[in-house]
Amino acid sequence: MSLADDLTRPVEGDEDTTPYSERGPAPIDVVAGFGFWLFLLSDIVMFSALFAAYAVLADHTAGGPDGLKLFNRGYVLIETMCLLFSSFTCGMCSLAMERRSAGAFHLWALVTILLGGAFLGLEIAEFSRMIAEDAGPTRSAFLSAFFTLVGTHGLHVTLGLLWFVSMMAQVATLGFQPVVMRRLRCLTLFWHALDIVWIGVFTIVYLGARW
Amino acid sequence: MFGKLTWDAIPFTQPIPMAASLGVILVIGAIIALVLWKGWTRYLWDEWITSVDHKRLGVMYALLALVMLIRGFVDALMMRSQLAIAAGGAQGYLPPEHYNQIFSAHGTIMIFFVAMPFVIGLMNFAVPLQLGIRDVAFPVLNSVSFWLTASGVLLVNLSLVLGSFARTGWLVYPPLSELAYSPDVGVDYYLWAVQISGVGTLLTGINFTTTILKLRAPGMGYGRMPIFCWTALASNLLIVAAFPILTATLAMLLLDRYLGFHFFTTDAGGHAMMYINLIWAWGHPEVYILILPAFGVFSEVIATFSGKPLFGYRSMVAATLAICVLSFMVWLHHFFTMGSGADVNAFFGVMTMIIAVPTGVKVFNWLFTLYGGRVRFATPLLWTLGFMCTFVIGGMTGVLLSIPPADFVLHNSLFLVAHFHNVIIGGVLFGAFAGYIYWFPKAFGFTLDERLGKAAFWCWLVGFYLAFMPLYALGLMGATRRMQHYHETGWQPLMLVAMAGALVILAGIVLIGLQLYVSIRSRTSRLDRTGDPWNGRTLEWSIPSPPPPWNFSVEPRVQGADAYWGMKQAGKEAAAQEPQWQDIHLPRSTPVGVVLAFFATFFGFAMIWHIWWLAIAGLAGLTVTALVHAWRVDSEITVPALQIGEYERRRRNT
Repeated sequence: MSLADDLTRPVEGDEDTTPYSERGPAPIDVVAGFGFWLFLLSDIVMFSALFAAYAVLADHTAGGPDGLKLFNRGYVLIETMCLLFSSFTCGMCSLAMERRSAGAFHLWALVTILLGGAFLGLEIAEFSRMIAEDAGPTRSAFLSAFFTLVGTHGLHVTLGLLWFVSMMAQVATLGFQPVVMRRLRCLTLFWHALDIVWIGVFTIVYLGARW
Repeated sequence: MFGKLTWDAIPFTQPIPMAASLGVILVIGAIIALVLWKGWTRYLWDEWITSVDHKRLGVMYALLALVMLIRGFVDALMMRSQLAIAAGGAQGYLPPEHYNQIFSAHGTIMIFFVAMPFVIGLMNFAVPLQLGIRDVAFPVLNSVSFWLTASGVLLVNLSLVLGSFARTGWLVYPPLSELAYSPDVGVDYYLWAVQISGVGTLLTGINFTTTILKLRAPGMGYGRMPIFCWTALASNLLIVAAFPILTATLAMLLLDRYLGFHFFTTDAGGHAMMYINLIWAWGHPEVYILILPAFGVFSEVIATFSGKPLFGYRSMVAATLAICVLSFMVWLHHFFTMGSGADVNAFFGVMTMIIAVPTGVKVFNWLFTLYGGRVRFATPLLWTLGFMCTFVIGGMTGVLLSIPPADFVLHNSLFLVAHFHNVIIGGVLFGAFAGYIYWFPKAFGFTLDERLGKAAFWCWLVGFYLAFMPLYALGLMGATRRMQHYHETGWQPLMLVAMAGALVILAGIVLIGLQLYVSIRSRTSRLDRTGDPWNGRTLEWSIPSPPPPWNFSVEPRVQGADAYWGMKQAGKEAAAQEPQWQDIHLPRSTPVGVVLAFFATFFGFAMIWHIWWLAIAGLAGLTVTALVHAWRVDSEITVPALQIGEYERRRRNT
């Protein structure tokens, strides 16, 4: 079923003149997708509060190290590439599941999990290096905001990875039934949204570090 | 093993909390004993606790709100009686330590666990019926939302027996709420209770926004949607946009308290005013999350009891959405005294005044709806008229407070306390009561006693004016909020008047309980057999009271605004031709909501008391429950067409 089919719904009578808003309840695929978009928006509002806190506290280093001293942009670029490529492989997952091809789906999901895992590993390594250098979240307000913003994104990636594992198990046990397809579409939306948030993190936190 | 939890957590030496908790435990024990004795366990579990029916959830939300109203009101009575006697050198009967917990608990409970569940309960019950649909977009999520709210309620009330509650006011401002100044569990109770119930509210917002935008009966375009659905939409959009800010802000304070972060601390670069900004970026929209659905109730009630379509429907919708947007641009008026400079204060002052414009549009629309109507003075209309007079006063004192120089004088005074009670009692609570009486016959199939209802209304109205008008005067005389005693004996007479007002409100609360009791006892003589006791205009009145689980046996076709009124005019009901009944699919009941809330409560409790193993167990329980639920495929039941036809024939024959 294509997206256009999802959005229109046959009604009795003259189909062309009935406004969309009067065509009655939308099909469940549309409803589920719309609800998940709203959830993503609310999640982005939450991130925006964390971004705002970071922006306010970015120069509150309390005599401790600042971003310029702590961040390694080359390292973060590799991290970023892992996440962006995982979005590409997640797109391949989408194509595979729309073709109902379980083999290709599992393959691309696995690659996505590996890339996401690599991103997460790099992030954890960066965090532990900073904590070892006495630049942990308790050092200054700046570092509290940094660890919370980047860490919350990392937590989302972790949940996304667990969700991927669970969806692989669902595809394996339940197949591509409508409810599984809806969840898969939500998962891919979630994964791409994490990319969008990360682009904000990369730009504002890492490229913006010049205090 | 039990973290910070020891026997010292139980306040054995303090008679008031001990007596109160003993009373609560006895009442709960008696209810459990009654349920077991009567053998209602199975019924409660099958029909209510695991139900995902929006009508049942709406009723449970309202019940939760009414019970918590009593708890919050007891706090209010204690504060009023304390201030009635603690004048001159007297200290009253509540030590500062205890008094501070009481005003913090009062605010927290009244906003998060009375006003929110009441308003959400009304939306749960009425919105799907008004939209002409069978349930909300995500019925299981709806049940999860309710039970998470209940989990928050449970945690707040546990603080009565175990440990203490926050002493920091209802928004736990740092740095006072930081570990350095509030080392005990009070603030943690607040944070976890609000955090857990806040997740539930956020899910409600997503659920209802989706429901209203995506699931309406055929023919119900946006221009034909009942006004209550419009205000519910605006309110839920605000929930989706504002509650994540609350989650993030409280998470930051939790990190400060649990892991030594420095968001709002006084050292290491922390910034306490950032908390105040963030919390009000949620907090001001929250005010409109509460009041907009109340406006919707009043609009429905006025149209119904005037026997006229609502005056200025389109301007009402426009005003609602204007308030929805403007509510995000005024948060700084809660702390003009921060000192952000004349320009910033002027901007927020002007924006605040501008909100009075769409609100004024609404008031005139209501007046013009009444004008020339066949007005019936039933109880819901009395609440509405009481609201219109009272709310206008509250709105005007709000405009007064929006002028920064005036606010510098009145900030944190009893004038402010009088103002927000004026709009929240006179607006939200009156609206909740109007909606409760208006939709009660739809929910239960019989009407509430009008005489007792009117008596309750007059007690509330008179009590409100007696209790809060003196506070305006006291505020202008210099009395501040949150004071446990005062030296100025000249204030005492007005404090006594306020105390008398609280007692009149108490009579109002008792009468509401009595009204419920008397109405249930005499229900057979007050049955609503028509399904339309008020001569209503919207689709909920087109179906029997109480509605069947599937709401509409035939999907309604909407031909215009005030859909049911139009049908009545066209005489569609009389059409005797029996329609072709069809199978109806309904969401299946599931315990996932209550199980998730069970684990969330343990998780929250464990985090409050630093019982780490229990916290991990709670998290594991949440994860496993979610995973088990994810494998549930068979989520619907089918009501066969035969059963629906039988139901409808039986209804028509009685």
